[in-house]
Order: sequence, then structure tokens, then C-alpha cells
Amino acid sequence: MPLIETRDLWQRRDGQDILKNINLRVERGEVFALIGPTGAGKTTLLRLIDMLDTPAAGKVFFDGADVNASEKVRLEMRRRISFVLQKPVVFNTSVYDNVACGLRWRGMGSKHIREEVEGILDTVGLTGYKHRNARTLSGGEVQRVAIARAIAVQPEVLLLDEPTANLDPVSASRIEELIADVIKRATIIVIMATHDMSQGQRLADRIGVLVDGEMVQSGGSREIFTLPRNRQVAEFVGMENIIDGVVISNEGEMAAIDINGRIIEAVTDFDVGEEVSVCMRPEDVTVALAKLSSSARNCLAGNITWTVSAGPLCRVEIDCGFPLVALVTIRSAEEMALKKGTQVYATFKAVSIHVIRRH
Amino acid sequence: MTELWNGLVKAVELIISLDPEVMQIAGRSLMIAVSSTVIGSVICIPVASIIHFNRFRGKRFLVSLIQTFYSVPTVVIGLFVFVFLSNTGPLGGLGFLHTPVAIVIGQVILITPILLGLTISALSGVDRAILDTARSLGASGLQMAVLVVKEARFAVVAAVIMGFGRAISELGISLMVGGNIRGFTRVITTAISLETSKGDIELAMALGIILIFIALVVNIVMNRIQQR
Repeated sequence: MPLIETRDLWQRRDGQDILKNINLRVERGEVFALIGPTGAGKTTLLRLIDMLDTPAAGKVFFDGADVNASEKVRLEMRRRISFVLQKPVVFNTSVYDNVACGLRWRGMGSKHIREEVEGILDTVGLTGYKHRNARTLSGGEVQRVAIARAIAVQPEVLLLDEPTANLDPVSASRIEELIADVIKRATIIVIMATHDMSQGQRLADRIGVLVDGEMVQSGGSREIFTLPRNRQVAEFVGMENIIDGVVISNEGEMAAIDINGRIIEAVTDFDVGEEVSVCMRPEDVTVALAKLSSSARNCLAGNITWTVSAGPLCRVEIDCGFPLVALVTIRSAEEMALKKGTQVYATFKAVSIHVIRRH
Repeated sequence: MTELWNGLVKAVELIISLDPEVMQIAGRSLMIAVSSTVIGSVICIPVASIIHFNRFRGKRFLVSLIQTFYSVPTVVIGLFVFVFLSNTGPLGGLGFLHTPVAIVIGQVILITPILLGLTISALSGVDRAILDTARSLGASGLQMAVLVVKEARFAVVAAVIMGFGRAISELGISLMVGGNIRGFTRVITTAISLETSKGDIELAMALGIILIFIALVVNIVMNRIQQR
């Protein structure tokens, strides 16, 4: 039996559907990441799971029981769940009291609270801040207090809403390490909303992609990132090349696809004549000045239309009859003197192409 | 002008020499106003929380009504309390008329709208995210209300101090239901009124200075609180 389950869950605000028909099952010990662009409904879903809001339709089940119960029962259920809000707030009191409040509300003895809180402050690296007013802390520290406060009550479910948004990279990676540590230590369910898909990939067992209030795909991270179900997911998971074409032949799942008169080969089971979109990650495209002799089935000549540096990598767009984006290292780009107008060969494997139906 | 200057000098003398009559009147004033404020706060802070935390029909109207009564004239309250506590009134049997208790009752009624209204405003100022956080951490309704009052404590204390300021400076209630009985219900404001009419400007001024001094202390405390 899943610990958290939603059935045909809808949420509506100001006449607009914010969540549409969400069916989600999360088992004990599972880490589930909700990814999706800002405004997709991630926070709304977490709030419904934590019983902070009431759904417009559908049901949420916690440990098999409908959460639409008396306030007393809901309180008991809610006490088994912790939620770290996207913009965490601290109470205007000491760090210690902030972390202790959940335990106090559960009627724990002060000795037990002291041991528990001190242990957790040590885990989150805030031991020295015990007596400080939590309002004087920095953004990263506030986030750590919020996580400490949430895990102090030893919840069965930890809900995290964009735990590293609004943080600098150093604080963000500390928080991520902390979350990874929490996941390792306790067998709790973690449901985490994030718009950082790589964070989802690093921390979660399973990922659900939420776009415009709909759970468009859920599955393992590899599946989501390499086999997106539709164009929206493909765009969100960084498939920068999404090119429309038509299947012109398919023999034993090796299909030839016509894109603006250029033929590429891809592994897919779409039938001849079907209108499809070809998805490809820019890092799967190899760029060379001469035709490579490799096992890759696709090698297209084209001219570079623009290049732009992005950290240690260089993003190159090649006009091969259709625009194709590739990622090369800055070093390779310099060695090959890649610039606008350079003629290059773009090589990619038939298996690195993911074909989806065109809508 | 000379009369004013002489009055001021005499007033300072009365204060410095801790004149028994002046001190007794000031002490009684403080005692009555503090009692009213404590009783008013004990009633109004929980009631304000109940109003703030519950949704019901006419809530907005109720809050507007409470705010309207911020500036209710003290003589009107004096009149009502007098009618209730007078021998022929419904509570006449209690024998409270012309006692400090009657003044306290009147002052509690006077400051109730201020305490309620300003406490509701203070609680409304607490970030919604604080409520969500408390709820998500498993706070019950009562635990949440206590937390929110704690979060709004500075604004709530400011409301209490405002109430105290209104109580100690009022004249109408003390005069009408206290009766300005020497050594029993005479407070600063009633004494000033009486001494002025008798022509004892020095005593009236000494009491006036004390009242202003109390107002000054209250203001300093309030500013301190609001700067935190």
C-alpha cells in the first residue's frame, strides 16, 4: 500500500485549473521529485498532500486513509508529515526554539527535546547558532533551520518545495548534501518539488514531470531524461533539438526520417508516413571539421550559424538543412576555430535520437 | 504669566518633596489604569484571536464597528455605567457606584475597542507563511493562535500600551462613576479638574506634569518596542 496516494486530484483557483487529474502513488522509502517549470502546480500539489488546502475534486490518501476527515484526524496525519516551504520563514525566536517547536507541539519532554534538537543542529551545522534569533540568519542558514525543524519531528514524509531556489551555489550545494544525508539516514518518503531537473536526477528514485497542472510523465530519471513522452517534457529536460519530420521507411525499428529533405536514421517503431518530432540532446552531437569514420549512422554537413560560450562548454548551432544545436568543449571549439560560417560535420548515433509523435 | 510660573515652581516642589496628597492621587490613578489595562488585555487578546482566526459572516463589519468605537466619548461610557450601577439600575445592588471598581469597569469598556482592534491588526500583520509553517509542523488550532500572538507580540504590546494611555488620561468616567471622592476615588484627571475650578493652580499643575510624565514614559516605551 502506498503511503501517499492521490486519486484524480484537481485544484482550481480563480476559475483556472491549476492541477488536473493527478494520480500519484509514493511508497515508503521512496524519493520522488516533482519537476516542472515555474507555475506548473508543484507547490499546489505539495500543499494538498500536506492538507494545507482542500482539493477542488479528487482525493488524497495517507497511509490508506482518506485525508478528508475531521480536523483532529487530519492533525494526527499532518503530524506524520513535514513540509519545508519554498520561501521558508522562521519564527521570531531563537534557532533552538525554532527547531524545538514541532516537538513541543507534540508534547515531548524537555530532556528529549534538548537531546533531539542538539543532535539535529549538529547535523545541519548550526550548533553555534543555538541561541541566536533565527530572524538574523542568512538565506542559506534559514533554509537549514527550516530543514532541521522539519526533520526534528522524525516525519514519515518530508515535503520539500524548491529547497535550493533563491540560494547562492555554495549554500545550494550544502543544502543538497544535507537532503542527501537525510535521505540516507532515515527511511522516509521525500517528495521534492524542483525546477532544477539535474537536482531531481541526483536525489530522486523517481521523477514526475508536471507541466501546466498535468503530470505528463513519471518514471525513473533515465527514462525521463532520455525518453521524454512528448514535446513539453522533451523541452523541459533539455532536449534542445526537437525537429519535425516524417518517417519514410522503417525496417526492423531502424527508421529513416525525412527532415526538410535531409534523411536521418533513428531507432523507433513509428510506421512509415507518421509525422514525428526527432529529439536529441546537444551533448550527443559530435562536431568535426572532416567527415568522421565512426559507427554513428548520421553525419550531416552544415555551416555554423552562431556560437556562444557557456561555462566550460561552447554551444554551436549548425544549419544542416534544419538548425541543430551541439555542445563542444571550449578547448575543442578553439582547436577547430569554430565560428560563424565554418563548415562542419555533425555526427550522431541513431540510438541517441528519441522520436516522439508530433502534435 | 507670573501665576503660571509660580504654579510651575510650586508644582515641581510638590513633586520633589513627594507631597503625600499628590503621590496618593498619582498612585491611585496608576493602580486603576493598570488594573483596567490588565483586565482588558486578559479579555481582549483571546477574543481578538478568536475573531482573527475564525471565518464568519459579518466579520469585516464587526471589525469596522470595533474601530468606530476607538473614539467613543468617555462621558457616554460614564453615563451608561452610571445608569447600570446606580441604585435603580440593574447592577445597583452591587454597590459599585462611586468606588474605584466602577472606574475600572468603565475604563475596561473604554479601552476594549482599542485593545480588540489593534490586536486584530497586529495578528493580521503576521505573515501567512508563518501560519502555514506552524500548521505543517503539526500545531493545533490553539498552539497556532499562541504562536501567532507571540509572533505579533511587539504590536500586541503596543496595543496594550495604547489602551493604558487612554485609560489613565480619561476624565469623564472617573468623574461620573467614581465621584471624585477625596482619598477614595480621586484620580489625577478629576483632581486637576477640581483644583483648577477651585483656583489651586499649583496642585493642578503638579498633577498635570505627572500625567504628562506618565504619557512620556508610555511613549518612550512604545517607541522602543516599535523600533525592535
